[in-house]
Amino acid sequence: MSNSNFKRFVEVGRVVLLNDGPSSGNIAVIVEIIDHNRAIIEGPTTNVPRQSFPYKHLVLTQFKLTGLPRAAGSSTLKKLIEKEALVEKWNKSSWAQKREAAQKKKSLNDFARFTVMVQKKQRRDVVRKVLAKA
Amino acid sequence: MARSKEIAPGVGRLSRSQVFAKRGLFKGQKKTEKIAADAAPETVEKTVGGANNGGKRLVPTSKAPRFYPADDVRVPKKSRKAPKAAGLRSSITPGTVLILLAGRFRGKRVVFLKQLDSGLLLVTGPYKVNGVPLRRVNQAYVIATSTQIDISAVQVDEKINDAYFAKTAAKKAASAEAEFFEDGKPKAKEAFPASKAADQKEVDKAVIEAIKKTEYLAKYLKASWGLSKGQFPHQLVF
Repeated sequence: MSNSNFKRFVEVGRVVLLNDGPSSGNIAVIVEIIDHNRAIIEGPTTNVPRQSFPYKHLVLTQFKLTGLPRAAGSSTLKKLIEKEALVEKWNKSSWAQKREAAQKKKSLNDFARFTVMVQKKQRRDVVRKVLAKA
Repeated sequence: MARSKEIAPGVGRLSRSQVFAKRGLFKGQKKTEKIAADAAPETVEKTVGGANNGGKRLVPTSKAPRFYPADDVRVPKKSRKAPKAAGLRSSITPGTVLILLAGRFRGKRVVFLKQLDSGLLLVTGPYKVNGVPLRRVNQAYVIATSTQIDISAVQVDEKINDAYFAKTAAKKAASAEAEFFEDGKPKAKEAFPASKAADQKEVDKAVIEAIKKTEYLAKYLKASWGLSKGQFPHQLVF
C-alpha cells in the first residue's frame, strides 16, 4: 500500500461524511466493514446511531481514528473520538467550514440575500478604487 | 348523519329534493311568522284620451302574455351558493413585504396593509419608494417574504375599501374620433384625482417612517425581484 496514489481508504477508524438518510450531513466513523457495499458506522457524539451504511451514500474524509480496534463498542469509540478531538478537528477543516457557509447562504431570506448583494458591491467598489490608486 | 351516501366523490345517491324530504326540516313548528308582503294592486286606473273612450280605464299592472309557450320549459333552480372571500395565507400579516408576480407591477416588492372584504390584499409600494400606489392584489399572485415592517402606526382609513378602487362609469364618447382626439389633437390625459394622491401620502407617511428604521430596506423595496441562473423559487427561502 505504500506505493499507492490513494490517500483515503475504507478502513476501520476512517471518518466519513454521510450524504443520505436521516443523519445526512453528519460525520461518523467506520467501525466494521461488512462487504464491498456496506460498513457499520457510528457517530456517538454526532448523533449518528450504529447502523450498516452503503458506501454509495458516504464520502471518506481525510481524518482517521488511530488505534481503533475492529468492531469496537460505542463507549470505546466515544472515548477515542473525544481523546483525539475529532469533531473539533472536523469543524476546523475548510471542508466543514465551506459546508457551513453554503448552508448559511441557503437559509438566507430574500431581504438578507439583497443585503449581501449590496454589501458585496460596496466591498468591490472599495477594492477597485484602492487598486486604481495603487 | 349523511342521508345521501356518496356513490362517487361529489355525487350523492339522493337528489336535492329527496334529501330535503328526508331531512324533514319543513316539519315542526315554525318559529317566525312570515311577513305578508304588500300585494301590488292588480289594476291601475288611467286616464285615456279620445271622446268615445270614457275618459278613464282600469289597466292591469302587468300585461298578460300575448301567447302562452307551447311546451313546458324547465326553469333551472336558482343557486343559493355564493363564493366566500378567500382566507388570508398564514405567512401574510400586516407589514409583510410581498413580491408581486403578475400585473403591471410584477417583480416589485410591496408592503401589505390589510385584507379587504373581497379577499383582495391592500398593498402600497410605498409610492415614493418604488412607484407602486395603493393597490389591490390577489394573494395567489404574490410571494410572501419573511421580512416584516412594523406598521402598527399606520392608520388605513375606512374609506379605502373595494368601492374606493372601483372604476367610475365612464360616459361613452360620441365617436371613436371624439374618444381620443380633441380639436385635431390627441386628448390631454386626465389628471390623477388630488384626493387619492392625498390618501396615498397619508398612508405612506408612517410606512416610510418605519422603513427608514432598517438599513437597506428602502433600497430593497426599490429593487425589482427576479430569478437568476440556477435559482428556483421552490428551493429559495423567502
